[in-house]
Amino acid sequence: MSGTHTSGSAPAATPPAAAPPPAPKPAARPRPSLAGIGVPLLFALLCVFGAWVAHLTPEFLLREMLSRFARNAVIVLSLLIPVLAGLGLNFGIVLGAMAGQVAVIFVTYWKIGGIAGFALAAALAVPIAILFGLGTGALFNRSKGREMVTGLIAGFFSNGLYQLLFLFAVGSVIPWHAQNMLLPQGYGLRNTVDLIGIQYALDDLIKVHVTLEGSPVRVPVVTFVFIALVCAFNLFFQRTRLGQELRAMGQDPHVAATAGIPVDRNRLIATVLSTVFAAWGQLFFLQNLGTLNTYSSHDQVGIFAIAALLVSGATVSRATVGQALTGTLLFHALFVISPLAGKALAGDAQIGEYFRVFVAYAVIAVALVLHAWRKK
Amino acid sequence: MAERAPAAADQAERVPLGAALREHLREIGIPRVLIGVFLLLLFGVAVATKMDIPSLLTDCLLRIGRNGILVLALLPAIQGGIGLNFGLPLGIICGLLGCVITLNASVGGWAWFWLATALGVAFAIPVGLAYGWLLNRTRGQEMMIGTYLGFSIVSGMSIFWIMAPFHNPELVWAIGGKGLRTTLTLGNTFDRLLDRLGEFKLAGVTIPTGTLAVFAGLCILVELFFRTRAGVTISAARSNPRFARACGISDSRTRVQATVLTTVLAAIGIVVFCQSYSFVQLYTAPLYMAFPVVASLLIGGASVSRATLTHVVVGTVLFQSILTVALPVTSQVVAGDFSETARLIIQNGMILYALTRRADR
Repeated sequence: MSGTHTSGSAPAATPPAAAPPPAPKPAARPRPSLAGIGVPLLFALLCVFGAWVAHLTPEFLLREMLSRFARNAVIVLSLLIPVLAGLGLNFGIVLGAMAGQVAVIFVTYWKIGGIAGFALAAALAVPIAILFGLGTGALFNRSKGREMVTGLIAGFFSNGLYQLLFLFAVGSVIPWHAQNMLLPQGYGLRNTVDLIGIQYALDDLIKVHVTLEGSPVRVPVVTFVFIALVCAFNLFFQRTRLGQELRAMGQDPHVAATAGIPVDRNRLIATVLSTVFAAWGQLFFLQNLGTLNTYSSHDQVGIFAIAALLVSGATVSRATVGQALTGTLLFHALFVISPLAGKALAGDAQIGEYFRVFVAYAVIAVALVLHAWRKK
Repeated sequence: MAERAPAAADQAERVPLGAALREHLREIGIPRVLIGVFLLLLFGVAVATKMDIPSLLTDCLLRIGRNGILVLALLPAIQGGIGLNFGLPLGIICGLLGCVITLNASVGGWAWFWLATALGVAFAIPVGLAYGWLLNRTRGQEMMIGTYLGFSIVSGMSIFWIMAPFHNPELVWAIGGKGLRTTLTLGNTFDRLLDRLGEFKLAGVTIPTGTLAVFAGLCILVELFFRTRAGVTISAARSNPRFARACGISDSRTRVQATVLTTVLAAIGIVVFCQSYSFVQLYTAPLYMAFPVVASLLIGGASVSRATLTHVVVGTVLFQSILTVALPVTSQVVAGDFSETARLIIQNGMILYALTRRADR
């Protein structure tokens, strides 16, 4: 019996002692694989088909996509660093979204509106997200090889704690002086928090409206600038020393460890960065939407962001900035189109609703299968 | 592959009583003590606020019987080395399909129960085979793949429930005459069939004999199965695949067998669940069903790679009792539904604890 213990899978992966520390190779451009082109193409066709059967005009789509893309891009981008580090898809970004929501709730409570309020929320979200990220990262380090399922469950678990805090502690244990935010029973936040104070704070910082189909459409220029900044950060980050270390870890954690890379510490950093970006992403989302569904805004964040990334042909172990952006576009286009197409095709919008949820789940399932299959 | 402990742990079961006792004490661990204390606390509050204890116990027993088989369904998966089967909804959907088809054909009474179960099992076998085949090719990611496969199937079936050609007016929406309702009522002629079979009262507590007997019977069957040649082969291949291969056992085969078994048990489990609950819930209802079931098993003392029948029974009793008692008891103290929050924390905290246990890797 003990014989099999020594010949397990782990030691086999350690390189011969003489192996030189792998100088992280200059990033080889990922060769476009079949999945890399086929998957986004399939979804693009699906979108075009849906738009065609539902008789959607390009103007309508453009109007919808402008706000949806601005809303969701950052949170999808927040997934990139953990993928680079070999942590897989970070289902723990739900905690980041919660951090953003905690910040936005406090800013609303203090009645600080406008861009000042948004900036304060963004600043406040950072320490909270760092804390949450450290927590998730520690869990990931204790569950190597099953980070994704751990992140998923960590999201559910923290949802319980979040409810405990805002549904029961606020107003009873934690003094809360804004009665209008509380439920009639005197404690617990209402199901929706009105974010009118910070709505469009960022989107309208520089007001640009174009006229489409006779009505003005908001172009969130500043938000797009910030999205570009996050993209630039991701690109720059991959070229830093830390970024290269993460890449080496993503390729082979054992080799990385032998090369003297502090694997556990770097994994923590990657998780924290991802959580902070997710918190900001959720803030971008909320300032555009203008209302916070206190107990459900964060629920689907992880699934939709991850599905959006995967729709572009990204995988569990390789995802680029470009894929994050195209994925956001494609997935949210499908999101707009599918209920309308469902209605046009079957006379029932509900079918389209179920279809888009099915697509989100199925895309993730297929990506996971492909990932595990290839690893064999 | 990553499991080293089980080989040693399995042997511990066959050592003398003293050592076995120590093993059990070690195994009870902090989470189970905490949960036990929480349950006692809930009952304490119930007694202090002069609640109807017998009716609380009746509800507990009902829910234990209702959920027991679903928890039991996880056992073969762990025995077969697949880990926590978050893909339980695959089997559940098979069972639901059995229920819906028989209801659509207006079958009633015991015939409904047996036919629904038989159909559920008939669907579950090929589904389990396919699922097992997939899991064999995606080793190491079984839990994640199970979870998302389950999610996909449940949401895909939501489309099916709308589109499928079911026309029984009892089942479809009154308006439009198309698409199954979200909740189908079993009607009072044949709901709670098993519960009422041999039902009796003991000190004010109603015992749902039939359901509990079926749960017990299936427990014994599963236990017996794991003592037969086929069963032993499955656990042997899990605890030491290389050694098993040397003996001519292919662990790819045994893993598929184990997956079929959990899927079939899940299908049976949901039919029993439906008859006891008196409703068949469709659409998104089965989406998150695996998580409380998995938590039940873990609360019983199982780990990601090791579970026994004791874990199934203890876990079901503890967790289902908490779920039953928490709502009425906490509503005496706090306004609002605290039990749902408590469930989220306990259930997912327990799964997180199991996933991050160092001893298990």
